[in-house]
Amino acid sequence: MEHQRRWQGWVLVGPALLVTLALFAAPMVMVVLTSLYRRSGGLTDRTLSFDNYIRLATDSTIHQALWNSIEVVALTVIFSTLIAYPFAYIVAYKVPQKWQALVLLLTVVPFWTSYVVRSYSWLLVLAKNGVINQTLVSWGIIAEPFTMANTRFATVLAFVHFFVMVSTLTIYASLRQIPRNLGLAARDLGASPLSVFLRITLPLSIPGVVVGAFLTFVLAIGDYITPQIVGGGNELVLPQLLMLQVSRMGDFPLAAAMALVLLIIVAAVYAVSAKNLTLERKR
Amino acid sequence: MRKTQLTVSMAALSTSAFLLASCAGGSGGSATSSGGASSDAPQELNALVWCDHTDPELLAPFEEANNVTVNVRDYEGTGVALGILEQSQPGDWDVFVVDSVDVPRVAEAGILAPLSKDDFDFDQFFSEVQLPEIHELDGTLYAVPEKFGYNTVAFNGANVDAEKMRDLSFLWDPELAGKIAIYDYYIPVMEFVGLELGIEPQNITVDDLPAIEARLVELKAQSAQVGDVVSTQTALATGEVEVIVGGGEFSTSVLNAENPDLDWILPNQGGIRWQQAIGVLADSEKQELATKFVQYIVSPEGQAALATSSCYWGMPANKNATLTDEQKDILRWDEQSDFIANSYPYYIPDADLDAAMLDVWTRVVVG
Repeated sequence: MEHQRRWQGWVLVGPALLVTLALFAAPMVMVVLTSLYRRSGGLTDRTLSFDNYIRLATDSTIHQALWNSIEVVALTVIFSTLIAYPFAYIVAYKVPQKWQALVLLLTVVPFWTSYVVRSYSWLLVLAKNGVINQTLVSWGIIAEPFTMANTRFATVLAFVHFFVMVSTLTIYASLRQIPRNLGLAARDLGASPLSVFLRITLPLSIPGVVVGAFLTFVLAIGDYITPQIVGGGNELVLPQLLMLQVSRMGDFPLAAAMALVLLIIVAAVYAVSAKNLTLERKR
Repeated sequence: MRKTQLTVSMAALSTSAFLLASCAGGSGGSATSSGGASSDAPQELNALVWCDHTDPELLAPFEEANNVTVNVRDYEGTGVALGILEQSQPGDWDVFVVDSVDVPRVAEAGILAPLSKDDFDFDQFFSEVQLPEIHELDGTLYAVPEKFGYNTVAFNGANVDAEKMRDLSFLWDPELAGKIAIYDYYIPVMEFVGLELGIEPQNITVDDLPAIEARLVELKAQSAQVGDVVSTQTALATGEVEVIVGGGEFSTSVLNAENPDLDWILPNQGGIRWQQAIGVLADSEKQELATKFVQYIVSPEGQAALATSSCYWGMPANKNATLTDEQKDILRWDEQSDFIANSYPYYIPDADLDAAMLDVWTRVVVG
């Protein structure tokens, strides 16, 4: 009987396991192996070595690209959270419950359009003859259009627009799980609204903030398209440098090593935030 | 509780890992799958090409006439193409479009199949682009010239003085600050900057790179954008910039109908001349059909469609290409002999210099 149940368990988990092995584990092994090859004389030398990792550790240009990535992503996470939290708070506590689903749906609607289209749309909005500059010039607020597109500001702005929805949803889910009677009890005992927020609501909603920040971090740090289209290639982030190696040199080994560095960074951030990576309220 | 937490955590980490892994594996993976476009099927031809060969207007006549489907995979840069070929199975690809300057090393590597000179009418080709010393190895033909053009400067003639643009040094003039986009193909752009310093492309050595880097840094400070063909074209078309460094007829000709002010010029110091060739892969199991495709591409009809491809325009290698007078004007057909005389063939450095140039380029654009 026990043997049969175990067999049934393998049958049930088998398809998912096979898909995971075929589409995740096997490609990861290939990426790791590729990172140990090296590009030499226009061809791939399949002798295993740590040359690519030594270069990653010693090349100041790669360090600069990594630092650019971290700065851009940190700004994105900070601004996404600062915008998402008040919005999620208003939806969770100020909007009547029957409208909340509709409001959340409306926040997601813009994301039904293609990611690339949205990036190019931002480029057109921020361009010198784009909507913002032309409006400001026509209203006489500025004499000449100023540069917004093809800058770090543009990259962060686009990232925040793309990912603020992620944080909004996770923070909203977290806020909705906080029992209202906790706040009412605190108020009954003389706590001010600010004190209730700082000592009850905010601490209990931290898991939603952390999950949103983590997902934003993951999505932004591996993104190549937005910095390329909106940022104008004026300061490269690590995924752009990775693509440069692939598209101009065909250096897949170095690109694989860079991808694994990004993966290690994500794993490190995960390790730091793992304690809070849950949307369930802690008891 | 812990189980739920673990599940959410693992899902998040797995998603992250998969996204990042796809970052590195994306190009390689798609190369393999493209190769899997069933080379066994008798009426399919797989071609590894620059994007100008992906235009249906170019492919359709050959496909209809021969009852064949041409599967195309576009790439930029020979290094990438060689990477794609490395990751493919022998026989996955039949036709290879490659920079002419790379034909010798590709042929020496045994990647290209020999072609019969009798299959092509070389009298129809411009003599300047025939270059048998490049397209032949030990007297055997390996690729046929098909298209050429220039990496020089493209600009908006409504806002930039064409006469000033004839001096390459004008690119560093404060008048153009913030109005420049730089095409992100480092080899021709660095060679172009080298011309401003009086260094001809074939004479560039590692010792010249510090001077080129310094000048490139100054140019980058002048620029609003560093981007690929499409993004620099977009920037010029939308008025975000007025000049594309490294651009040329391939940047502006396709936009000419919408905005005739978008133009290109060869400065007095010269420009870089790029040239493409087309050949058949040695491992192809469809040598005859592939050769037929090459013959079509260099025929007058194929050349006209290729020269005016929706991806980018360029001069056809065949002087009998069936272009209209208007198309010839846009391509500056009558000025080609002067342009050729005042331009330098796109020079591919050896692997060490190539890597050193990419390092310089990366340092400059990382910021």
